Amino acid sequence: MLVLIGVLLVIIGFAVRLNPLIVVTVAGIVTALLGGMNPLQILEAFGSGFASSRSVTVFAAVLPVIGIIEYFGLQEQAKNLISKLARLTAGRVLLAYLAIRQITAAVGLTSIGGHAQAVRPLVYPMAEGAAMRRYGNVPEQLKERIKGHSAAADNVGVFFGEDVFVAVGSILLITTFVDTTYHLQLEPLELALWAIPTAIAAFLIHGFRLLRLDRKLDREYARITGESATVHAGSAA
Amino acid sequence: MINVEAVYWFIGALFIAWASLIARDTGHRHRIGSSLFWGILGLCFFYGTWVQAGKAPAWILGVAVLVLVGLASSGQLSDGKAKSSTPAERVAYAARFGNKLFIPALLLPVVTVALVLAAPVLVIGGTPILDPKNTTLVALTIGAIVAAAAAVVILKPRNKLAPLLESRRILESIGWAALLPQMLSTLGILFTKAGVGTAVGTLTASILPKGSLLAAVAVYCVGMFLFTVLMGNGFAAFPIMTAAIGWPVLIQQFHGNPAIVFAIGMLAGFCGTLCTPMAANFNLVPAALLEMKNRYGVITAQIGTALPLLVVNIGLMYFLAF
Repeated sequence: MLVLIGVLLVIIGFAVRLNPLIVVTVAGIVTALLGGMNPLQILEAFGSGFASSRSVTVFAAVLPVIGIIEYFGLQEQAKNLISKLARLTAGRVLLAYLAIRQITAAVGLTSIGGHAQAVRPLVYPMAEGAAMRRYGNVPEQLKERIKGHSAAADNVGVFFGEDVFVAVGSILLITTFVDTTYHLQLEPLELALWAIPTAIAAFLIHGFRLLRLDRKLDREYARITGESATVHAGSAA
Repeated sequence: MINVEAVYWFIGALFIAWASLIARDTGHRHRIGSSLFWGILGLCFFYGTWVQAGKAPAWILGVAVLVLVGLASSGQLSDGKAKSSTPAERVAYAARFGNKLFIPALLLPVVTVALVLAAPVLVIGGTPILDPKNTTLVALTIGAIVAAAAAVVILKPRNKLAPLLESRRILESIGWAALLPQMLSTLGILFTKAGVGTAVGTLTASILPKGSLLAAVAVYCVGMFLFTVLMGNGFAAFPIMTAAIGWPVLIQQFHGNPAIVFAIGMLAGFCGTLCTPMAANFNLVPAALLEMKNRYGVITAQIGTALPLLVVNIGLMYFLAF
């Protein structure tokens, strides 16, 4: 039970908002020491942990293309495009993205979206563009909320979409672990099938929240500026 | 064959290139610290190849990683706020290039998906061209290079290195968060080695009331959720919660349908991923990428979906699997 001190350190460290890098490193060292590893083994664990997890940093490879198209006004163009469409609101833009992200992930196309390649250059600017049309200048607090929901739509879509696809890591992990440990013979297809009810529930819950997001933004806007939202068609020009 | 190590070398080379740009930026507040951070990080991507193959000592890489953490947490790493086009220039460029700007942005996923789909037939003399174990990573990197090249051709920047210069700006706004996902995955390994998982599994199994199916389902799902919050992903939680409750109680004692129990159990864990800073690449890196003021703003937006969905998962498992 003593090893749980490491977990406690992480919780406290994140809660008081210390630099997460330091929190994670200290918690790792403490846990390893409690687990009876010596300093050399700990250094080796950090080294091999880094080497085997390099794949999570692959987002760096897409930064060059995003950087140059942002320089030439991609975000502005995405805003332009959306602010011409009268019926689109921030919530509806994100709902559409949620649907696209979940459906494409469900057929195995998880690499279509993502935070670096889609949310920052396209999805968020489009949601902001819709908000600009409604509010004119979007206050910082509203931008912050729209940003959070832009990333959230991507996460919810991909998490609860990809599990409907058979050849995804989590399904293969279940079958490998269960088949070898308990001598079952589970079909990946069967697991994927039973992920569908949750996938539908995720879409309904998150979709409902996105539709309500617009009203929430309206209220917040009224509170901040003291005036109610009107359509700023002029910003489309 | 294009091996996944080639992808890591490409990323390592990018980091070193960004580091040298920062080293030449005399206006940078932490020029030396920041260029050292990104430069060492880049070298680690190369050296990691030999560590992964077991041909070089891992502890050297461990020391380098701790140096990176030291640089980042002692305030030696900062955002140099590299100059880019002004908002007015961007509006003008957007008016000039219009929807052509979307071509590189769309080329990236199109090339990636096309390569992933075509990978099984892209074979020369019996060897696949793309690393079959990491097809998506290799395809995504090729897609990114093609898209960047297309952007240079279409937009004709004065400096052909514009993709590199402009991505440095984004990288610096992400800052230390770029290293966090890898550190967390190391922490997960250390937790597992030290037996944190087994301890949590014993703890949850000990609070399980005997004989109640609904309670057992709830403890399994909530356990998956909490465990995932602590470890940052459901993959570490699944074997432990399944050994503690899923298999002995839900399958053997209550005769649940294994496919339904395990599929929904994993998804209950995914609800946890939505709520935890430990899942840095999903929750903290995007907040940095979008330059949010609140580091936890993405999690705040997700909790309202994750908690009701957890309850739905408990209900689905209870009604469908038994």
